[in-house]
Amino acid sequence: MALAFVPRSISFLPWKALLIVCSIASIGAVGLYSTSPGGGGGMMPYALPHVMRFSIFLVMALAMSYVKPERYSEFVFVAYAGVILMLFATMVIGEVGGGARSWLNLKLIRIQPSELMKPVLVIVLARFYASVPPREILRWSAIWPAAIMVGFPTLIILAQPDLGTAMLIACCTIVMMFLAGLSIWLFLGGFLLIAAAMPIVFSFLLMPHQRDRVLIFLNPESDPLGAGYHLTQSKIAIGSGGLFGKGFLNGTQASGDFLPEPHTDFIFAAIAEEWGLVGGLVLILLFAMLLRWGMRVSRDARSRFEKLAAAGMTATIFFYASINLLMVMGLAPVVGIPLPLVSYGGSAMLTVMLCLGVLMSIDRNTRKNARR
Amino acid sequence: MKRNRRLFGGGPQMTEASLQQGFSRRAFVINSFQTGVAALLAARMGYIAIGENERYRDLAESNRVQTRLIPPRRGWIVDRHGQPMAINRADVRVDLIPDFITDREKLLADLARILGLPPEAVQRIRDRLENDRGFQPVPVAEHLNAQQYNMLKVREPDLPGVSVLEGFARFYPEGAAVGHLLGYVGTPNRREYDAENQNPLLITPGYKVGKEGLERVMEPRLRGRPGQARVEVTARGQLVRQLQTLPDSPGAPLRITVDAGLQSFAARRLGEESGSCVVLDCTSGDILCMASMPAYDPNAFSDGISHPEWEMLSTDPRHPLINKTLNALYPPGSTFKPAVAMALMEAGVDPDETVNCPGGYQLGSRRFGCLGTHGPMNMHRAIAKSCNTYFYTMGRRIGIDRFSAMAKRLGLGQRFGELPVVSQSYGTIPDPAWKQRRYHQEWSQADTLNAAIGQGYVILNPLQLAVMAARIASGRDIQPRLIMEPHQPPALLPFAGPSFEAVRSGMDEVVNGNGTAGASRLPFPDIRMAGKTGTAQVRNIVDANRGRAGTAWRYRDHGLFVFFAPVGAPRYAGAVVIEHGLGGARAAAPVACDVMTYLFDKDRAMQRLLPLEAGWGGNVVERSARRAALWNDRAPGSPPPPPPVPL
Repeated sequence: MALAFVPRSISFLPWKALLIVCSIASIGAVGLYSTSPGGGGGMMPYALPHVMRFSIFLVMALAMSYVKPERYSEFVFVAYAGVILMLFATMVIGEVGGGARSWLNLKLIRIQPSELMKPVLVIVLARFYASVPPREILRWSAIWPAAIMVGFPTLIILAQPDLGTAMLIACCTIVMMFLAGLSIWLFLGGFLLIAAAMPIVFSFLLMPHQRDRVLIFLNPESDPLGAGYHLTQSKIAIGSGGLFGKGFLNGTQASGDFLPEPHTDFIFAAIAEEWGLVGGLVLILLFAMLLRWGMRVSRDARSRFEKLAAAGMTATIFFYASINLLMVMGLAPVVGIPLPLVSYGGSAMLTVMLCLGVLMSIDRNTRKNARR
Repeated sequence: MKRNRRLFGGGPQMTEASLQQGFSRRAFVINSFQTGVAALLAARMGYIAIGENERYRDLAESNRVQTRLIPPRRGWIVDRHGQPMAINRADVRVDLIPDFITDREKLLADLARILGLPPEAVQRIRDRLENDRGFQPVPVAEHLNAQQYNMLKVREPDLPGVSVLEGFARFYPEGAAVGHLLGYVGTPNRREYDAENQNPLLITPGYKVGKEGLERVMEPRLRGRPGQARVEVTARGQLVRQLQTLPDSPGAPLRITVDAGLQSFAARRLGEESGSCVVLDCTSGDILCMASMPAYDPNAFSDGISHPEWEMLSTDPRHPLINKTLNALYPPGSTFKPAVAMALMEAGVDPDETVNCPGGYQLGSRRFGCLGTHGPMNMHRAIAKSCNTYFYTMGRRIGIDRFSAMAKRLGLGQRFGELPVVSQSYGTIPDPAWKQRRYHQEWSQADTLNAAIGQGYVILNPLQLAVMAARIASGRDIQPRLIMEPHQPPALLPFAGPSFEAVRSGMDEVVNGNGTAGASRLPFPDIRMAGKTGTAQVRNIVDANRGRAGTAWRYRDHGLFVFFAPVGAPRYAGAVVIEHGLGGARAAAPVACDVMTYLFDKDRAMQRLLPLEAGWGGNVVERSARRAALWNDRAPGSPPPPPPVPL
């Protein structure tokens, strides 16, 4: 199947996954080109750094794919401890961005440790559940160590306060616990409990601005110029695009500054305005293909650790993308979560590329073993 | 095993194999969930982009496209010969839109530097930004020069909240000379905005409405219809491009009866005096000039004047803010005598009957003075010499009712309803009924004597005096007019020809014979001006101490003069009032003489004016600039410098 003249090291690369992420990032670059402030489009200040950053992370992910999955398992607790330390450091000397003290300035690079925590926790959980003997899986001992390992950093992140990231981690954890084989009743019971607790959480635990966001999500037209403005303008951008869009560089919602944050959280709306339903569906389809590839890597993986890790990484990407897309289409409250690989900004891209690196490592391992 | 017991009992023991099987099953569930979300997203997007496409397209369009009103250009005001008196000049103005300002202090500092705004102007803008709420723009500056305009235009994107607009500004070439006549324009206030049902035009930046004078009265005619510009804008209100423009239709030009040259000449000729000059065309009633000086410069008012400027104008004892042709009332003094003489003729008094003037008139124990000891006086000489004794005697003979009725019929004490002016103070022509009504007192013979020489309760405005002169000169029921439009020729007054002739010849004698204003003859051999001088007491003092040259300016007598010319076939009539001018012959008649000279020979009149202006220290603009400088240089808190007192 491989062409004879292509070296094996090249043909052995996971071309399908690489093609998908490159396509997604390219669409992102096109979108960022046209959201360049001042109208008329431009490589600066968004598109070019986006492409360069993606290239660097792609090399990083490829490098990660040559590391054996077991290595991630071995070193995960070191990484876990390191990220926890960074989280603490962030609490003390962190910088505020987007309303949360979540940025750590390490001179060379400014990062959000909470982003690093997502793939690290996936591997921690995968390693933990791989080590739990099958007969123990329905017992308490299969829950509380994981709960502590996840709960501790999640609480720190909640205190930043970064509700979006904390929710994302919680969702991934639930998916991994579900796949690990915990009793189905636990999830059904938990679901009912959360449904019952919703009103209480809403009226007592949420801060006023969070409560407003939920209320405005339920009825965005109630506040067309305030917090509902984001949602309304996003829907106007998507809706006015129609089937084929207004055409490249012809979007008026983004270039006229009506659409807030067109280069980060609302990039999808900006793209949909110019490329229409067709462009939006292509992007959704590409994400679906990436996730499908990730779940297939998980399915085909040999070890339980690899299966769980691959599924967890895929779930992280899934929640990232889907929460953003649900938000810009008015199906979820406005939480500050960007569209990975498309939005401008390094954090989400780094997380997704770390996940991709681990996924490719597992994929390589699986295929290498299959050839033997 | 208690600690580690299974959470949910029952079911077979988990093994490696069953766990593996469970994983596949559950992975399928997760896969389905993800596919479900993807499908949901696709469906939702389809609904928004296709199902609600039309609605959202409209919303995007109304986001993007804004309709802006283009303020209509105001109609010009031109004089009777078509010479422009109020025009529109291309202008660039700067406003601040409070909602878009991000860093107020930095913005104000930048603007102050670029536009060279003085600190008090910056403070005024800051106050308005703090006190005015909402979207209403705050004016910053007008009449930008090319350099300021370019600097601002380049930096406009970096200065959120700044709006630089090209438009038109009102300009009055004659300046202060037309201040009271034309009025001025200004930014509409809250009351005016509400009165027009919050017409959005009135809050369009740069739009101004008439605030005074003709600009205010003729507002509906001058306004025109606003145009509309459909423009593409950003969320911050920045213009992206023009889409289409419906041009404004300018207001119709307004042609007025005034002769701009005469108006300007009269204003200049009044010089440093506080006074007014009205000239009518006594065949039609056209107001040829209606000057009141000193006056404010309507150009300064239209830009919005500063507080010190306002203070200077409002504390000036010569009242530059009052239109003295309409809103200042004076006792007419002897200028009232032609009206009384008309009444005498109509009452059948023989004009040749003489009254001996021993220098006064005795009523009981009170003596009513005359300015001279004239000896025997008939009507002709009594008018020429302005003999009080004659008018005391004869006025008392016919009685107050007859001559007050005649005065009213000649326009005195009347309000001219058709005249398009903001307000008229019409004064008083007293009679017994009026006194009973006003003071609940009986009319006395002393009141009749005072009224007969234009003193006592009689007060009038200069326009009425001009109308009286015009009606006597033409024998017609002259109504003063300001707007050039077709009209019926004025009807004849119901009085006998000899009555008019007797009064006119008396007034001819005043100037051209042995009369009080002999020094003010017109410098033409064939054109004569007739007139009547008047000197009105400001303070009721006994004869010897009347307000003569030695007393303080504000206690000095007013000088008045009514006139018409040419004597044979009257064409022009008018009145001049010089406040505290000491006497009609001395202060008012020379002004009337020069103004009449202008109508017949402009060059000769200018030759007389220029040396006078040189003596006063320059023309109107130069003198008012010097006065403003003097005002600004005074120590803070000190009383205003005394105005130059004319002698």
